[in-house]
Amino acid sequence: MPPEVLSAPLIVEFPFTRSTGPVLGAFLTGLRERVVLGARGSDGRVLCPPAEYDPVTAEELTELVPLGQLGTVTTWAWNERPRPYQPLDTPFAWVLVRLDGADTALLHALDAPRHAVRTGMRVAIRWADERSGAITDIACFEPAPNAGAPGDSHRAEGSAA
Amino acid sequence: MTTAAELLAGIPELAGVEPVTRVTIPARLEYTYSPGSAQTRFLTALPDKRLLAERCPRCTRVYVPPRGACPTCGIAATEQLELPHTGTVTTFCIVNIAAKGLDVEVPYCYAYVLLDGANVGLHARIGDTPYADVRIGQRVEAVWNEQRLGPSLASISHFRPTGEPDADPESYRRWM
Ligand SMILES: [Zn+2]
Repeated sequence: MPPEVLSAPLIVEFPFTRSTGPVLGAFLTGLRERVVLGARGSDGRVLCPPAEYDPVTAEELTELVPLGQLGTVTTWAWNERPRPYQPLDTPFAWVLVRLDGADTALLHALDAPRHAVRTGMRVAIRWADERSGAITDIACFEPAPNAGAPGDSHRAEGSAA
Repeated sequence: MTTAAELLAGIPELAGVEPVTRVTIPARLEYTYSPGSAQTRFLTALPDKRLLAERCPRCTRVYVPPRGACPTCGIAATEQLELPHTGTVTTFCIVNIAAKGLDVEVPYCYAYVLLDGANVGLHARIGDTPYADVRIGQRVEAVWNEQRLGPSLASISHFRPTGEPDADPESYRRWM
């Protein structure tokens, strides 16, 4: 009779260390200091997360601008069962957030009840208590205390279902 | 070349702060690994210090650890056999960078050991010898890890030189 087939946990881990370069280094430094930076492109648009090279001309980007602590959800997906190492351990929404002052959106987690999440929703950064210069310095986003930012939310809501 | 510090200098609230230059981002994959019936037989024999292998009925190649089938012929391996604890180094390297979570001191020597009667090399560490002396063709024998005998290759601590003359290259040339 064949023996019982074995099974065991197998964890493969690659602890990569990357050098961050000028733009992402500055962006991560900003997060540590509770400031989100965007990069201004040649067409005047502000990109966040900042691009190192201009999407139009491919020139190096060197003008960084601080953005607001509030933003607008441009799209989202509900995560009913968070996995280990995800930003939150209770159900949350993955969101793209266009921070006030930016023209592109940043991917992060939103801690809000399922029924409250919608495109056009106003959200605020929840900073991590301990910050080290990483995207996780933003613990997550949360619903903005007093919703509504005229001239910003209606633009995104136009595309909502 | 612009630096992060130079870019930060233009932003009043961030001018002069220590810039971030590196991040460590672990990529982690968690599996539940099942070795299948053939390797399970191999692994469960290790605590008894037995090295089980399989022979292909068509090409007669002997595989260790056994996989249940011959990858060359694509047919099930039916014959099981036991191999001795001796073999020949067919290739090796000296590892100078410690892998995370591995409780072996660097530098160490890692080799393919072609067990006598086998046609594929077994991965193993070479020890109890200066690494400058390790060579292709060297004869080695298994040193069992008496404290960790179990259904794992950790049952073999390492291989050490037997002191015999080097193997005839013809005996391993085809299996390097
Ligand atoms: Zn075969």
